[in-house]
Amino acid sequence: MNGPIDWFPLWLSLRVAVIATFFVLTAGTFIAYLLSHKSFRGRNLVDSLVTLPLVLPPTVLGYYLLVLLGHASPFGRLYESIFRHPLVFTWQAAVVAAFVHSAPIYIKAARAVLESVDYRYEWAARSLGASEWRTFWRITLPLSARGLGSLATLAFARSLGDFGVTIMLAGNIPGRTQTLSVAIYDAVEAGDGRLARILVLLISAVTLALLWPASYAARAPER
Amino acid sequence: MSIEARVVRRLAAVRDSPAFTLDVQLAAPAGITVVLGPSGAGKTLLLNSIAGFARPDEGRILVRDRIYFDAAANVQLAPERRRCGYIFQDHALFPHMTVRENLRFAAQSAGVGRLEARRRMSELLESFDLSQLADRRSSQLSGGQRQRAALARILMTDPHLLLLDEPSRGLDPRLRRAFWELLRELKRRIEIPILLVTHDIEECCELADRIAILESGRLLQSGTREEVIRRPASVGVARLLGLHNIAPAEIRSLDPAGRTSRLRVLGQELEGPHLPGHLIGDTGFLCVLQSEMKPVRGNGNRLVLRVETVQRSAAGVQIQLEHGFTIALSQSEYAGYADSDSLSLTAPVEAMAFTGR
Repeated sequence: MNGPIDWFPLWLSLRVAVIATFFVLTAGTFIAYLLSHKSFRGRNLVDSLVTLPLVLPPTVLGYYLLVLLGHASPFGRLYESIFRHPLVFTWQAAVVAAFVHSAPIYIKAARAVLESVDYRYEWAARSLGASEWRTFWRITLPLSARGLGSLATLAFARSLGDFGVTIMLAGNIPGRTQTLSVAIYDAVEAGDGRLARILVLLISAVTLALLWPASYAARAPER
Repeated sequence: MSIEARVVRRLAAVRDSPAFTLDVQLAAPAGITVVLGPSGAGKTLLLNSIAGFARPDEGRILVRDRIYFDAAANVQLAPERRRCGYIFQDHALFPHMTVRENLRFAAQSAGVGRLEARRRMSELLESFDLSQLADRRSSQLSGGQRQRAALARILMTDPHLLLLDEPSRGLDPRLRRAFWELLRELKRRIEIPILLVTHDIEECCELADRIAILESGRLLQSGTREEVIRRPASVGVARLLGLHNIAPAEIRSLDPAGRTSRLRVLGQELEGPHLPGHLIGDTGFLCVLQSEMKPVRGNGNRLVLRVETVQRSAAGVQIQLEHGFTIALSQSEYAGYADSDSLSLTAPVEAMAFTGR
């Protein structure tokens, strides 16, 4: 049991987390903006849907996603026709799992950050002639950059850590879809205590190294 | 160069606040129109409706013959297409930009050409005394400098209308004066309607070309400053202005030829103003401008009232009389009356208004 350590799960987890965070930041910020700045029919429904992944068991979520993204679903078939391979049980599915794991928390917190921007700055920009889009890019986003920045770190750290949905949707294929947290599960199952310990310490260290500076940044005064 | 607005907005009751209806018809030419009213009168809601941040339920808003809003035709122009310069209480300079960047943002947002923007920028920085401060952020500016920067920012955009929401609230007296001076200067520079919302009568008297009195969502009176101050349309308007001594009055006789009348006020008789449209025996209120009431000796057109309290201040002497009357005198004016228990007060008939309501 003292063989060389396979670093693939670490690299895969980092790659998955980077890509998932990108989607969380773009789509998540967009949804958070809609929730914080627009009143539309069904806003509460959207808000509840965003909260759902936080409270549902990962197995239930994973099941839904399997059905939603599998071979039989329209989305699954569309994906296959574009990328020439199915989505489920690939590392790309792990990205979806990581996204579902971290987007809800990001959206909820980002909504609060965007709401905390004084509306008078936005109104001033609008009445000077700036479109809503321009106001978002030049006023709302810069004024919430610090808050959203530390949330991005949180989202990244959380993307690193998904287990339940990943194993349902991407499976546990060593060298292909086995992320760090899945590899830990695997090592414990196989009785490889050394590997489990190393991977556990590794993921803890990486996450702590991300969150520690971010919490400083979040607390520092804006100006 | 004018605005015509009719705005109806109904707000349902929520928790602590009761239902509220704003129903206002207002026209304002170029110059400063002060919208005066107590807090909760709907002043800010009116401004937000004009700027496009609140949607009225009914009505129509026209600025320079351009339709901003028309409920019947379902027209609702986006705020950025209205060209309303909106000045907030704290001026809302963008904190992450320097003064120069604030101005440049305004020019770009309004679609001002690059050359023209550059010309305007240097001219405005110069004339608002901001050249030395152009690279500072709002947190590095004093209150007065922020005011100037906010006004300069708006002038980058050729506004068709200026909206100011209690712009001098919370400023010390010196800064308030400076701001008023700035606004008068602004009025000379650009011929556009300026709507200024305030509940401060001093600010109103300093700046207003026209006054619109708003209370509980309704327009009580609007007109030129002289009209509103000299002829309050109701005792409610006079009370809101707080510039008048008010007493119940009854018309005893009318002399249209001599353009005068006789009024019975507080058990005494007074010569009053010409009152077309009123009948002998009508009852109502006499409103007399406090600043025009002076004590006199001897007979004449006067009202004798008992002195209640006398307050001396740096500005002069303020005398409270019975029936809630107040007059202000200078120290030297008061010297001659210091030992009197009651005063005979007179005022020119032009300073008196009789209102039936």
